[in-house]
Amino acid sequence: MTKQDKPNSSYTRRAALRMMAAGGAAGLIAPNLLGGPAFAQTPPETPTGRIVVGLSQEPTVFNPLMPHIEVDDGVNFSVFDALFRVNVDGVIVPNLATEVPSVENGGLSEDGLNWRIRLRDDVTWHDGTPFTAEDVKFTLELIVNPDFRAWRTTGHDLVRDITVVSPTELTWRMEEAFAPYMSFLTETFMVPKHILEAEADPNEAAFNQAPIGTGAFKWGQRLAGDRLELVANPDYFGEGPYIEQLVFKYIPDMTVLYAQFKSGDIDLVGQAYITPDNYAEAKNLPDRVVTPEPKGSVESIYLNQELPVFKEQAVREALYLAMDRPAIIDALYYGVPSPAETFMPPQSYYYNPDLPKQEFNLDRARQILDEAGWVPGADGIREKDGVRLSFKNSTTVGNHLREQTQQFLQQTFAEIGAEMTIENLPPAVMWGDFWGQSQFDSVMVGITYLVGGDPDVTYRFHTDAIAAKGGSGSNNAQYSNPEVDALLVEGSRTFDPEKRREIYFRIQEIIRHDLPFLPLFAYTNVYGHKAGIEGFEVNTNTRTESWHAAAWYWA
Amino acid sequence: MPAFLLKRLIQSIVLLVIVSIIGFTVLNLIPGGPMAQYALDPGMTEADKARLAEQLGLNRPLLVQYFDWAWRLLQGDWGTSFRDGNPVLAVIGRHIFATFLLMGSSTVIAIAIGTWIGIRGATHRYSLFDYAATVGAMVALSIPTFWFGLIGIYVFSLKLGWLPAGNMYTIGDASVLDYLHHLIMPSVVLALVHIAIWSRYMRTATLDAISQEFVKTARAKGVSERRVLMKHVVGNALLPMITLAGVQLPSILTGALVTETVFTWPGMGRLFLDSLGYSDYPVVMGLLMFSAILTIAGNLIADIVVAVVDPRIRLA
Repeated sequence: MTKQDKPNSSYTRRAALRMMAAGGAAGLIAPNLLGGPAFAQTPPETPTGRIVVGLSQEPTVFNPLMPHIEVDDGVNFSVFDALFRVNVDGVIVPNLATEVPSVENGGLSEDGLNWRIRLRDDVTWHDGTPFTAEDVKFTLELIVNPDFRAWRTTGHDLVRDITVVSPTELTWRMEEAFAPYMSFLTETFMVPKHILEAEADPNEAAFNQAPIGTGAFKWGQRLAGDRLELVANPDYFGEGPYIEQLVFKYIPDMTVLYAQFKSGDIDLVGQAYITPDNYAEAKNLPDRVVTPEPKGSVESIYLNQELPVFKEQAVREALYLAMDRPAIIDALYYGVPSPAETFMPPQSYYYNPDLPKQEFNLDRARQILDEAGWVPGADGIREKDGVRLSFKNSTTVGNHLREQTQQFLQQTFAEIGAEMTIENLPPAVMWGDFWGQSQFDSVMVGITYLVGGDPDVTYRFHTDAIAAKGGSGSNNAQYSNPEVDALLVEGSRTFDPEKRREIYFRIQEIIRHDLPFLPLFAYTNVYGHKAGIEGFEVNTNTRTESWHAAAWYWA
Repeated sequence: MPAFLLKRLIQSIVLLVIVSIIGFTVLNLIPGGPMAQYALDPGMTEADKARLAEQLGLNRPLLVQYFDWAWRLLQGDWGTSFRDGNPVLAVIGRHIFATFLLMGSSTVIAIAIGTWIGIRGATHRYSLFDYAATVGAMVALSIPTFWFGLIGIYVFSLKLGWLPAGNMYTIGDASVLDYLHHLIMPSVVLALVHIAIWSRYMRTATLDAISQEFVKTARAKGVSERRVLMKHVVGNALLPMITLAGVQLPSILTGALVTETVFTWPGMGRLFLDSLGYSDYPVVMGLLMFSAILTIAGNLIADIVVAVVDPRIRLA
């Protein structure tokens, strides 16, 4: 890809995936897939102007391999590059690599165990040193270095025998086939060997506060607690950058974040975006472009499957029927989010659109409970075999929308003879062992299930992922279904998108039936930027609005 | 004086140890801990979190963690932030200027206006001004700072467009005038409560002084009313204010917690809130010790200054 490449493509997601599955072609079509629709305006010849992105949390972690939050991702995507990139259609395309390995192009062995990566030869670090396969090897080895405080190690811990064949080629072997690793590599940013290798302790390297990457933007300066300034990298190998300066401005209060968007102090509202209650006003602001876009996370009520009351399918089904979702979405969330039936985000290639739609039907709910033998007691609360249909629901204190939703649910649940008591906790308490070790009855929570857009959810739904039972994952609902377990394993070993799609469609069907969680809605972010900004695209397969700031420019 | 200083120094050290023990215990009593922020991270597993906790030394017994922290602190090592791996002192250092700028300007405003209102209220007791000042002080004390802040932003930034909606300066500008322009609203909002406190104390202290024998004597000698007020009354009324200033110093820091958030001011108050949110124990402990030292120093300086300016007081 060169700077002259004009983004212009009308490839559909399906066509693109077929190309990718067909193999080899992905590398060739990559430049086109990265862009969106053709723009009326053209980007400037030399980087011009500045864009200020407002964030409600402060980016503080600049070593992209260390534990970080969403807002840090925006910086990582701008300063660094990964081997691959996931585009807006969920297709994995080459970035530092020249091709996405597949069986057809010889980058992947039939069994998915042997990988070969070919790299671009025109990439340099911000200090001028050439980027080579040695850097890739160093990065992947650093992640599993036991002394290094790495972020996620899933997938990386399966990589063995990394061999540098030439400066632009390397190979490795996987301990077992793991298809999601391709997606994980879209979020695994490469760090420079020549700088970090000299450090005694990579956890406290100077690099971590003044990173050197290969990305479209170079480190400028950071004013702690206030903002971070990045400057254009004129030698960038890819498209852009078209702006001279990219500023991430920290504005801790959501009301003030919106106020500064209105006043023009910030050019683009980043993470956590415009709140639903301001959407109606925001979309009518002059000289502002405000668009709601689905986000990759789902709000739901997690039911602890080990609780006797939730072991009953009838109870889970009846509770789902007793949720007045349209009222919650319209009255409390200003109609911004959309109803959901599954953990899979609607814009994913793997989203199953044919799942049964939830209906709000109290009579049907009562009937199901009657048939299952749940009889109302003296206080109107149903009972069966000495188990009362009564449970606690918890969420984070101070989240008013969630607290109001709880009260909504409490009322309709009461009408079918189910008692829900509210017991909310501060975030630090909530997300500690209470959540991690499944000490809750039920929890109202918004979860992003996919990593880099990959449909694998083994760590959320596999029996071996129940931390409360000694597992290593985050199956907090303690959900266990042997059929899902088998499908999850199969899905994680299958590389062909079409075949994987069938598997994950089935998984969604079963989970929709079993209801280990009651879906409320799929989150929608309300994005906003000044009218003159072009090239801004939302990519729900990433966690940040700034996943491709290289393409932004002022018209 | 040296004996007094030594005694105070020993008291201070004991106080700091107690503060650190309470702070450390309370922080660690809260369930959850630093790993809670990654609980919903896509792809992050319980195993990853356990590994990180081990690497950060969080799975050691609390007593061991405390003594390790305290021992390092004695050697001048304040620890490193869990969040970004920076030395705690460096993290605090990056936020000091903003807070001191805001604190300094609002203190000057609070003392100047508060003192004036207090004196005028006392000399014109039960006048319209006095009543207005009393009611005004009650209002300022009872309405939360963030409300004043948001109303200020709404009126002066969004409606009138006179003042910026926050931030310490304009990106790309940063001249002294630009700083001052951004400083007006947050420092006035932060000063409001302190004006109220200062004016009430000053009014009482002035009334006290007015009824003293030496004021009557001065008047009897034929000293002009203005001279009596400035030299005898105000001079004496200001003495307890010095102590008040020492006590108020750290309370301005707490006021900054809210003001800095509303006005996106990159100071220590916000750092404290953020660090609490992320359970960044080393930074929280650092800020706690820092403000404890500031409080002790404020009181000590106030005592010394009072002793110096008031010949009736001898330190022992």
